[in-house]
Order: sequence, then structure tokens, then C-alpha cells
Amino acid sequence: MSVQTPTSTPTRRRRKGTALGRAITRTFDNRWAGLAALAIALLAPFVIATPYALSVMTSAAIFVMLAAGLNIVVGYCGLLDLGYAAFFAVGAYTSGVLSTRFDLPLLATLPAVIVVTIIAGIVIGAPTLRLRSDYLAIVTLGFGEIIRITANNLEITGGPSGIYGIPGLTDNAVVFYYLTVVVVAVAVAGAARLGRSRLGRAWRFIREDEDAAEAMGVHTYRVKLAAYIAGAIWGGLAGVLFAAHLSAISPGSFTFLQSALVLMAVVLGGMGSTPGVVLGAIVISLLPEVLRDFADYRYFAFGVLLIIFMLVRPQGLWPHRSREASA
Amino acid sequence: MTQLIWNGLFVGSFYALVALGYSMVYGIIKLLNFAHGDIYMVGAFAGFAILGATGGVSPDMQLPLLLGVLVVTMGFTGMCGVLLERIAYRRLRSAPRLSLLITAVGASFSLEYGVRVIAGPDPQVYPVRLGGTTIHVLGASITVQQIVLMVVAVALMVALNLLVTRSREGRAMRAIALDPRTSALMGINVNAVIARTFFLGSALAGAAGVMAGAYYGKIDFMMGFLIGLKAFTAAVIGGIGNIPGTMLGGLLLGMLESFGTYWLGGEWRDVFAFGVLILFLTVRPTGLLGERVTERV
Repeated sequence: MSVQTPTSTPTRRRRKGTALGRAITRTFDNRWAGLAALAIALLAPFVIATPYALSVMTSAAIFVMLAAGLNIVVGYCGLLDLGYAAFFAVGAYTSGVLSTRFDLPLLATLPAVIVVTIIAGIVIGAPTLRLRSDYLAIVTLGFGEIIRITANNLEITGGPSGIYGIPGLTDNAVVFYYLTVVVVAVAVAGAARLGRSRLGRAWRFIREDEDAAEAMGVHTYRVKLAAYIAGAIWGGLAGVLFAAHLSAISPGSFTFLQSALVLMAVVLGGMGSTPGVVLGAIVISLLPEVLRDFADYRYFAFGVLLIIFMLVRPQGLWPHRSREASA
Repeated sequence: MTQLIWNGLFVGSFYALVALGYSMVYGIIKLLNFAHGDIYMVGAFAGFAILGATGGVSPDMQLPLLLGVLVVTMGFTGMCGVLLERIAYRRLRSAPRLSLLITAVGASFSLEYGVRVIAGPDPQVYPVRLGGTTIHVLGASITVQQIVLMVVAVALMVALNLLVTRSREGRAMRAIALDPRTSALMGINVNAVIARTFFLGSALAGAAGVMAGAYYGKIDFMMGFLIGLKAFTAAVIGGIGNIPGTMLGGLLLGMLESFGTYWLGGEWRDVFAFGVLILFLTVRPTGLLGERVTERV
């Protein structure tokens, strides 16, 4: 490594940006933002409570949970996962199959869901996390397809038509919405706390410089696997909520498009930033409802936005501000 | 048995053509160009558009026409590749790896849905289909069109290999793969060579796209997604960054798939292919002919 000026280190470069960008960052950098968002989510049904609106809001909340899970993998640890919908599918299918075939209540399937998603995380993470991170990206992409095709082909998963008649957690849509919001809030807060823990600091270290982390005694392989498994659990639990919400699941809900949308939410909001990711997820999940007339251009615009964001504002709309970076 | 091998070799030559672009780009700038499979799709659609514009021709003129379209399309997709590199990748070459990968996903997305906006979501039927007379060789039925397409594919691959191993341009590419900074000091125009690499890889993918369109007869905007994954698998099997290895990997993957389909049934074909990919990454991540790469810090 040659001699470099301090301004070219990655942390400094991330903090640069336009004056407007800095102003936006400062305005939003408030510790009450999370509570405010929760309050908005809790008050929303008092403003609009049509079944359609409740359904959209519940889906948005589930999507927030997915984004928070993917943020652990992509945002904290810097590993690109392009098959995140696979874990979503594993969770949804595990709870769906168990609850319909064995007449279990949905809550009783949770331990099985967690075990199965952890196994899925290990199966896919263990061989690939030793390799360069770009291999991981494409293997996860392939893994996402494997899960979807398998669900499509197997008899126990109901083939292309999927599973229906999954018991819900409650009959009342408003109660289910509140339940979802609470679960998601806990999940988001949990992910954020995990990000600030000792393990979380190791993740960020690996993201910034894997070789340096290894040299400082971080067991990079194990720490990366931990991030991957944590992401898998978050995705699997979001899948259970999804199954309970719709009461029917089919392979069509778990395509690459779904994975890409979650990634989009994380990148747009700000990788590694909890409020950013929540904001990104809400924007991505509510935008189609607002812009129904532009459905054809939507994904095209998403792709272009991904490129533009990486070129112009890689830190996202609401970037992560870490205390270490300002030192 | 012979039939299975032949089918495998035929499909494998498509994989190899697409995989070469992946492999070359990866070999030189260590970028996984996710949009590569979509360049293949753009090639199929460009060929479709040109064929549509030329109107109907008599059946015996179809083959020369198709070859002409192939050349034009290769130029077009080549330029697409150059443009892609210029807009989306060049500025990020020194940025963290994650940003580049995400841009590549964005590029893939915009190409897929851009074509969808232009050409519509429904599959299109190719106007030219090569009518084939079937020949029987050792119990396998082979059509003439298959032979023609394979000859074209092999010719392109041989030409590429000669270019990379024998020409000045190829030497520059190999130099950049080893060390971009020193290459620049030695007077190689690094940006230009990388742009030309994208041109070559994308042109090959475009050729494969037209050939797939003419052979299978149907194209749609998502056709590049799966073939991109398969091509990557082929590149990994053979050794990514290694040109003969990539060709070998393509043919091998085609054969593995052909046999896997025979044993497990067609619905498991893709699962089988990705299973092979994961197995290879676990057991021999450098591929069959790849060399061990040590990371320099």
C-alpha cells in the first residue's frame, strides 16, 4: 500500500457529498425518528382503515422486516445477497406446510421455522463465504432459483398452485396489522442493536476491510456466517408473517424480482442505516400503489435508480452515521 | 446415449459463447457483469428487429441473411457493452466491490425492463427459422442447422482465442489482467482495452442471442436471466478468467445438464445445474483449468 492522503480513506469519502445532502442527513439524524415512525404506523389505522389500505400497510410492514434482515447481510457485513427471497420462501413454506399438514397453530411452527432457516443459511453460506464476495452474489441468486423451482416441483409444497388455507394469527385485520407492526418494530430494533453489538462492529470491520479485520483477529468466516444466518432468520420470520397475512402462498411470490426489490429498498434507503432501510422499504412497497399507471416503467426506473444511486449517492437517502467515522 | 452427448454439446456451445464474455471481463477487471445475460437477450431482440425490417426472403436465402444479421447484431450488442461499461462501470472501478455489483444488478434490471417497455411483455416469434434436414450419426439425430450453428460458435471461439493469445491487443488484455497500474505505465491505454474487451464479450453474447432466437424460435425479455446464471456456472466449472477453460466448462455444463435431465427429469434441470455450481465452488473454486489466484493486499 502506498502512502495515501487521509481524505481518500473510505470513511471520509462516504461523509463527503453535496451541501444539500448533508443538510438532509442532519435533519433526519434524530434519535426520536424511530419512535415517530412507530407512532405513525400505530396511528395510521385511525386515519384510513379500509380493508385494502390495511392490507397494503401490513404488506409494507412485512417488507420493512425483510429489508431490515437483508440490511444485516448487505448493509452491515457488505455481502451481496441476491436470493434473499429464498429465506422468505423457506420461512413461509415451512410454517405453511406444518400448519396445514399437521394442523398446528401458526405460532407452534416458529421453532421449526427458525431451525430450518438456520440450516438453509448454513447450507448456502458455508461453502460460499470462504470465497470472494462476488461469488456469493451469484450463488445466492442461483439458490433463490433452486428454492423457487423446488417449491414449484414438489408435491408437499403444493406445486405451482402453492399452499392455501394457512391459519391466520387472528381474524381481525386491524389486530393483525398491530401485531405485525409490533413484531416488525421489535425485529428492526433487534437488528439495529445487533449492528451496534460486538458482533456488529466486527461486521462493519469486515465490510470496510476484510483483510485488516482478519489481521486484527476477527474470525471473518464465522462472523460472516453469523451475519448470513441472522439475515436468514429475519427473512424466515417475515415469511411466517407473510403466510399468516395472505393465508395462501405460491412460488410466484418468491421470484428474483422480490429479492431485487428488497435489495433496492436497502440500497435506496442507505446500506447499514436502520432508519434509511425502513424508509426505503416503505417507499418501495408503497410506490406501486401510488404509481399504478406507470407499472410498465416501474422496474426499468428501479434499475436506472440503482445505477444512479451507486454513482451519485452510494450512501443512500438516509445514510448511516457512525460515531467512529467522525473521529 | 450419443443423442444425449450431442444435445449436451449443442446447448453447451451456447453456454460457452455467453460464458466467454463473463470470463473475459472477470479475468481483466474482476467484475461479475450481471447484465451480460441481458446483453444476450438484447442481441436476440436486435436480430429480431433487423429480420423484421428486411421482410420475407426465399427459404434458400435464409442462411446467408441470418449470418449477415448475426454480424450486424454483434456490432450492435458490442456497442451496448461498451456503453454499459462507460456509463455504469468505469467510474466505479476503484469503488468498493459491493457498489460495482449493485450497479451491475441495476444494469441488468434496466436492460430487462427497458426491452420489456419497448417490445412488450409477451414472447416474440422469430421470423426466420432454419429448416433442418435430419442426419443420423451413430444413433443420434442431428439437424443441419444445429451443425451450422455449432460451426459458427466454434469459429467465433477459435477466433477469440487466437486474438487473445496471439495478437498485440490480446497481450494488452492479459497484461491488464495481471496488473492494471503497471500496464498503464507501460503505455497501454487501459480504458480503451477494457472497453474493447466489453465489446468482444458482448458481441459474442449477441451472436449467441441471435442463434438462440433462430434455433428455439421464441424470445422474451427474461431469456437472459437464466442463461446468465448458467454461463456463470460454465465459467466457474472451467475456471473463470481462463478462455479455453471457459469453453470446456460450457460444453461440460451442457453435457451435465443433458444427462441430468435424462436421469432426474426436465423440471429439475436448473436445480441440477446450480447444484453443480455450488459443488464446484466448494470443492474446486478455481475450476478445472483455472489457476490459483492469490489476493494481493
